[in-house]
Amino acid sequence: MSLLRGLAIPAALILLWQGLAMWHDLQSDTLAAPREIILALGAALTGSTIWKDTADTFAAGGLGLALGFGLGAATGVLFGILPPLSRLMRVTVELLRPLPSISIVPIALLIFGFGYSLEIAIVAFATYFPVLVLTENAVRQIEPRLWEVARALDLSFAARVIKIVVPAVVPRLFVALRLAAGIALIVAITVEIAANPMGLGARLMQASASLRPADMFATLFWVAYLGWLLNWVMLRLQGLLFPATRGAPR
Amino acid sequence: MTKVMGPADGSGLLQIQSACVSFGAVEVLAGVDLELRKGEFVCVIGPSGSGKTTLLRLLAGLLPPTSGSVTFRGKAHTKPSRDVAIVFQDYANALLPWRTAEANVSLALEAAGVPRAQRPARIRELLNKVGLGNSTQKYPTEMSGGMQQRLQIARCLAQEPDVLLMDEPFGALDAMTRQKLQDEVLAIVAESSVTAFFVTHDLEEAIYLGDRIIALEPNPGRVCRVFDVNLPRPRNQLSTREMPEFLRLRRELFDFIQQFEQ
Repeated sequence: MSLLRGLAIPAALILLWQGLAMWHDLQSDTLAAPREIILALGAALTGSTIWKDTADTFAAGGLGLALGFGLGAATGVLFGILPPLSRLMRVTVELLRPLPSISIVPIALLIFGFGYSLEIAIVAFATYFPVLVLTENAVRQIEPRLWEVARALDLSFAARVIKIVVPAVVPRLFVALRLAAGIALIVAITVEIAANPMGLGARLMQASASLRPADMFATLFWVAYLGWLLNWVMLRLQGLLFPATRGAPR
Repeated sequence: MTKVMGPADGSGLLQIQSACVSFGAVEVLAGVDLELRKGEFVCVIGPSGSGKTTLLRLLAGLLPPTSGSVTFRGKAHTKPSRDVAIVFQDYANALLPWRTAEANVSLALEAAGVPRAQRPARIRELLNKVGLGNSTQKYPTEMSGGMQQRLQIARCLAQEPDVLLMDEPFGALDAMTRQKLQDEVLAIVAESSVTAFFVTHDLEEAIYLGDRIIALEPNPGRVCRVFDVNLPRPRNQLSTREMPEFLRLRRELFDFIQQFEQ
């Protein structure tokens, strides 16, 4: 019910848009009427290129996310367990972290050239730091008493990580993964728009450059839908895997 | 410095020699001598700020003395050992919330390298011993405070310790549960001949459980007096507490504590 109510305003805006377009007999290189956009989206989805582009974006974004998340979580656990190491690295991290990930495109381009590696590297860079910070925080918030229990039981370093740290931070780690997945999609498409001639971002740019507004908006709506779907799937997974976090801030 | 313990002839299992502990400029313990003999039940009382918990952490090896020494079986005791188990007061924080009762006990067996095949039988036996035989699959959050503390005790027993250190273990429990657990701990200690060290602020509890009571005085914490408890075992919640010796000790301890309460 609330979903339907929520859809009322977007639907009304689209109808208004269509109405205005028909009223003025819209002929434009930048705007298209919703009817044409829907037709263009339908045509694209029955074709093959948009699926190829989607697969490219998700492959590059996904691999970058896997790399960034894996390294970020591992570093975060290490920094959380070894505060001296964290202090030693703090300045370095704080200098690199605020760097807009898109600004390393020129450097990465020289190293990797165009293609998957470029995008994977930049997505990994963009997701690494937020995951690192969230994981380190999660480790820091482990009940101090559990460390004493671990000491009293004389658990080895590996056993502490596997039996105490990881289970304690996994629910928060998943939240980090969800946020990082959102970042990965944004960054992947940004890289494709800015530099990398592949995926949905490049598709957007091509439609824009060849003055096909209906195709451009169709791709835009498709990207928006994918972003929404990604978040929905991650939320569902989170609720399924960690029932205790249900209703936690999104 | 008050030298009140028995002869330091090395017969002590766990020994503290003129230990001082300072946190920055604050002296928490000053020149404490203490000897735990094998199989005895020692209780510690004292007003707040007398360093009861610090003394326990010293014995646990969780805290090194600023000066002086701690020895366990004649060797320097500088880090925790699986042979010295600790029952913390805040049982809820000391258990792994993502593990069932069974798996929480298993942690101690895993730490000790007990082969996987031998664990289930040991776990069952331990949980039965503390009266949790029917709750093996429950998570700590599904248990009452008393059950959680029983679970922590089971995990400590899984270490097969020589010494069981308990830091106000029943302080947060209601009176009925507390009495039941007192009797269970006495039974467990009698059966396993473990050496027990029990911190409490409940004077009657100290008399009821202990062979000896160490009374600490505050600012800085040091051993002030030692009371020998000559009450027959096994003890009984009703008859033991009515014995003239119990009442005499109760009076003495009460007067002792009273002098620090302004």
